[in-house]
Amino acid sequence: MTRRGAREGLLGWALVFPALALVGLFTLWPLVQAGISSLYRNDLSTTVPQFIGFGNYKALLGDRVFWKALCNNLVFALATVVLSMAIALCFALLAHHARSGLKPSLQLAWFLPTVIPMVAAANIWLFIYTPSYGLLDGTLKAIVDPVAGLVGLPGYKDGNWLGNPTSVMPSLIAMYVWKEAGYFMLFFLVGLERIDRQYYEAARLDGAGNWTVFRRITAPLLMPTALFVLIISCTTAFKTVDHLVIMTQGGPDNASNLLLYYTYQTAFSFWDIGKASALTVCLLALLSVLIALNLRYFDRRIHYSD
Amino acid sequence: MKLKPALALFACASLGLGAAMAQAKPVELSLFFPVSVGGPITTIVDGLCTDFNKENPDIKVSAVYCGSYADTMVKAQTGIKGGNPPDLAIIQATELYTLLDMNAVQGLDQFVVKDKEKGFIDDFYPAFMENCRAEGKLWSLPFQRSTIVLYYNKDMFKKAGLDSNRPPKNWKELADDAKKLTVKDSSGVVNTWGIEIPSTGFQYWMFQALCLQNGLQIMNDEGTEVYFDKPAAVEALQYWLDLEKVQKVMPDGIVEWATAPTDFIQGKTAMMFHTTGNLTNVRKSATFDFGVAFLPADKSYGSPTGGGNIYMFSGISNEHKAAAWRFMRYLTSAAKASEWSMKTGFVATRKSSFEAEPLKSYVVGFPQAAVARDQLKYAKAELSTHSNSQIYQIINDDLQAALAGTKTPIQALSDAQSQTDEILGRFKK
Repeated sequence: MTRRGAREGLLGWALVFPALALVGLFTLWPLVQAGISSLYRNDLSTTVPQFIGFGNYKALLGDRVFWKALCNNLVFALATVVLSMAIALCFALLAHHARSGLKPSLQLAWFLPTVIPMVAAANIWLFIYTPSYGLLDGTLKAIVDPVAGLVGLPGYKDGNWLGNPTSVMPSLIAMYVWKEAGYFMLFFLVGLERIDRQYYEAARLDGAGNWTVFRRITAPLLMPTALFVLIISCTTAFKTVDHLVIMTQGGPDNASNLLLYYTYQTAFSFWDIGKASALTVCLLALLSVLIALNLRYFDRRIHYSD
Repeated sequence: MKLKPALALFACASLGLGAAMAQAKPVELSLFFPVSVGGPITTIVDGLCTDFNKENPDIKVSAVYCGSYADTMVKAQTGIKGGNPPDLAIIQATELYTLLDMNAVQGLDQFVVKDKEKGFIDDFYPAFMENCRAEGKLWSLPFQRSTIVLYYNKDMFKKAGLDSNRPPKNWKELADDAKKLTVKDSSGVVNTWGIEIPSTGFQYWMFQALCLQNGLQIMNDEGTEVYFDKPAAVEALQYWLDLEKVQKVMPDGIVEWATAPTDFIQGKTAMMFHTTGNLTNVRKSATFDFGVAFLPADKSYGSPTGGGNIYMFSGISNEHKAAAWRFMRYLTSAAKASEWSMKTGFVATRKSSFEAEPLKSYVVGFPQAAVARDQLKYAKAELSTHSNSQIYQIINDDLQAALAGTKTPIQALSDAQSQTDEILGRFKK
């Protein structure tokens, strides 16, 4: 290696050092610590942490709340990712093809929920879902009652949206999709803007229809964006729990509990630090697998235009 | 070694200066507090601290609002784990064992022994003192204490043809009255429910009340055993569930803790079980005549106490401890207990508060405020064990499962019992 090469290498390391140090200190080191801490029993009944190997992980296998939170989280992630990405894509296509006068107002309207902090949004939706005098029940009552009265059916029965184990997850998913779809729309919009117009002009000359154009040109060229959005939306579906704190605290009977919220409960209200660390490691492993799968599967099918 | 006179003089002078400076700079104490009932609680707490600071210029107490009871506990615990505890905190009386397991809380007997006023501990109602003691020692003083009472809408009682001065006295009357009070429209949809017993946040508390009425206290004094699956407990839960599913006088599924008072004030329910801590709030907002009564009895009257105590933390200096004790005594004095009670609706914690003005005449004009006090005769310690929040979570989850109909009462309670046994087993000595 020449002296110049060595110097450049050194310069490179010096340039990445600040970022590397920060990531190491605030991401990697806590991860290692969580890993170590997950091997100890460290709860309110033990005054000095005690090494128990994989005891905490074994306990998780028999923990029904853990399995419930895991299943809930998978359902939540799948539903919110699919729905919010689909809606985001529709919004983006509509906004992209809208008349230029209409475009900014459409974008603003759809993006607005994203600007509202999750805690505030959760409070708004808490009111929407309030039984009897909430916005949803009030509206449904106003629509259903007159119709039911005409045909002689019983009137509208108040929904206990967040209090019922079967309706609580769909209610939370709806709120979350409302909140996130606008954000993902932005990425799709940028993706659409970046597709070269020449492709479309060529396709039109060949006489291709709308659907063919979308399938053969727009969709493949949007794939890098879609992959990015998929990864972001997958991870946020596991990382966002602010709304649970406000709306359900994971209830009723853990019907809306999610992994991260359960980890928080285990650590900061049950003070079982060992088990909470084991939960953290599990969540991390799950997310790593998801991302790896995403990258591996889609990378092969994606056409990067640049 | 012999000091030269000049040097000695200088040493004395600087010592004196140090003392003077210490006097000029007050001892600063932090007080963590939660808000768990309606009303302008933060303003009232700030007012109490300001008054204290004015009367005691050598101490400065700053009140830090921390959210709910659970949030306050988390904030205090985080401070403890980080070696920087607050001096004082108002935390649920039932968190005692958890705080003891963390070695976080300061025993108070040494201050009581040295206190000039003798017998002030006996002036507190005994039911409130139950959650203050463990291992034969005193660990906290009662502050914002409550019990559960029955709120009922007198106007609706009259409309339903019931005697508005005779609230239900036992379980059967409660179900019968609730049935008469449930109002449906022509299509069969319920407009007004007979009764609401909240089943979020504090459902273990409601469950414990029903158990006590059925003659069962659900834990031992050491906080190491619970009795969730005893027949009396199963009967209590079955009664609660029947109000919902069989009598159909209570909303289906979960009744929100915070929504119940709003429902009562808006006339969506004719009766509710709720904390006395909401008394002032309901009084200010209700546009109708309402009554407050003992919870209906089964074998006997009964309600757990509830609410928060003031704790001193152990990781603070002796100077801070002495100052903190003075604030605790101030906050729990008969006069302040009266003031706090009238402003919030919490039960004044001392007998002498009720014997003196202004509470004496207040109770005459507003007899609802005396009901909780009189019910204290039948009140018992609130559910409190080691790993308290975890036990609460377990029993709360299973109660919700039973009330939502996903488990039978016996199934829910045996599940809760076996999970709790496993956790508490580690604490048995």
